[in-house]
Amino acid sequence: MFTTVQDLGRYGYGPLGVSPSGAADPISLRIGNLLVGNAESEPALEMTLLGGKFVFPEGGLIAITGSDFGASIPMWTATVIPPGGRLETGPTRSGARCYLCVHGGIAVKPLLGSASTHILTGLGGFEGRPIKRGDVLPVGPAHEVKPLILAPDALEKLQPRKILRVTVAPQTAWFSHASLHRFYGSTWRVTEESNRMGLRLDGPELETPQRGQMISEGVSLGAIQIPAGGRPIILFVEQQTTGGYPKIANIISADLASVGQLRPRDEIRFEHVSPESARALIREQEELLRSGVLFS
Amino acid sequence: MIRFEYASDQSLMVYLGDEINLETHRRVLKLLRMLETAPIHGIRNLHPAYHSLLIVFDPAELEHSYVQHTISMCAEELDSIALPPPRVVEIPVHYDGPDLEELAALHQLTTSRVIELHSSAEYVVYFVGFVPGFAYLGGLPEELATPRLEAPRKRVPRGSVAIGGSHTGVYPFETPGGWRIIGRTTLEIFDPESAELSRLRIGDRVRFLPVGQPVSPAVS
Repeated sequence: MFTTVQDLGRYGYGPLGVSPSGAADPISLRIGNLLVGNAESEPALEMTLLGGKFVFPEGGLIAITGSDFGASIPMWTATVIPPGGRLETGPTRSGARCYLCVHGGIAVKPLLGSASTHILTGLGGFEGRPIKRGDVLPVGPAHEVKPLILAPDALEKLQPRKILRVTVAPQTAWFSHASLHRFYGSTWRVTEESNRMGLRLDGPELETPQRGQMISEGVSLGAIQIPAGGRPIILFVEQQTTGGYPKIANIISADLASVGQLRPRDEIRFEHVSPESARALIREQEELLRSGVLFS
Repeated sequence: MIRFEYASDQSLMVYLGDEINLETHRRVLKLLRMLETAPIHGIRNLHPAYHSLLIVFDPAELEHSYVQHTISMCAEELDSIALPPPRVVEIPVHYDGPDLEELAALHQLTTSRVIELHSSAEYVVYFVGFVPGFAYLGGLPEELATPRLEAPRKRVPRGSVAIGGSHTGVYPFETPGGWRIIGRTTLEIFDPESAELSRLRIGDRVRFLPVGQPVSPAVS
């Protein structure tokens, strides 16, 4: 079981080398929270590949969002669990992750303003680690609840993608036309060596640019690095804040939640979009999430 | 000089120089201080490095052109900013790392001489990155520059003091790492419970203090 407490991440501590962490599929976390009447950024549980079994001694109002883990309650629906009630989820039947949102939020002590777990350093979350059998997680106090119901076609525009749209990145110009052609023309497979820090892809080797040693610089979320082996790494929510490998492209903000649903052996492709398109896509997505139109 | 590169749809890279040197470092530090002192609404994170500052912002609120324009104006003020004198942080080190002997041999030096060289320099924290509290230190004596290990270790112990290429640093957490371990410190580099969070911050100066009798390097 790889289940951790996550919210929307801790921002503002970049100069100390602190990467935001947070939900790999923030869209699912946000919607789950809104369904149970929470603020969208309340801490929730992120389950990866395998599910889990949970007991609610005091009951609760909960929702499961994200991929289908064969949960014992309907997905995307605020559900009342009676005191002593259980929730069971099995392994995923589709994407990598699902979210268990509870009214009141998971009440762990925030670290630097966030409850997100950063696994590599053991910071934040529930004791800085994945939860295990026997753990007891406190839930925040109930407040006036306004649970929401998802509109029938709400998720249509938010389905996770396997064709990931990207923009240019700071070292795009270092790569030859042949390399770029190969990058966009190939199908890439997500390998087992993928986690919240980054997703290693298998596929044809890309020529690393002949520019000599690159000077380490800050790295954006979703940057696609080409290290010495010539195969891309998509940097993800627990990434290093700075790095010294050339970056060929960057996943657009609107497609980052799709990255959070990729699992080993998934096949993906990249599609180039302009900065203007990328901006329009994220603004459209945010409008969708913030406007309330998702809910009936 | 100042140069901008589109880094992603939610970030802008600002280059303040072309090379790693103190003057460029001071410009990075000044720009960082300006943005920390007078935060711009919509900017979510700042990632300084050797010669650059990555600015991460909310793409629903801000656009690259606005951020670039604002930063250009800040850059014009850089010369008028005086930096306070840097803090000097002393790190006690037990020089008994598993790679110390090999590193000394590679340079045809004694381990004592390696320790002497490493602990006589005053280092600059160019920036903190990779993991919380990992300071990239400049000023390693040339004689000690050593390429990274061919195969990185899966686990470098917390507190390891190491050399990689022409840099030296301390691993604040147990993480994978390819630098050569020459010693260890018991000083807590990153402590989320403390007010200052990280003992080492961009712009600090660092000195390493040898602790204890010279001992045989620990077998790895």
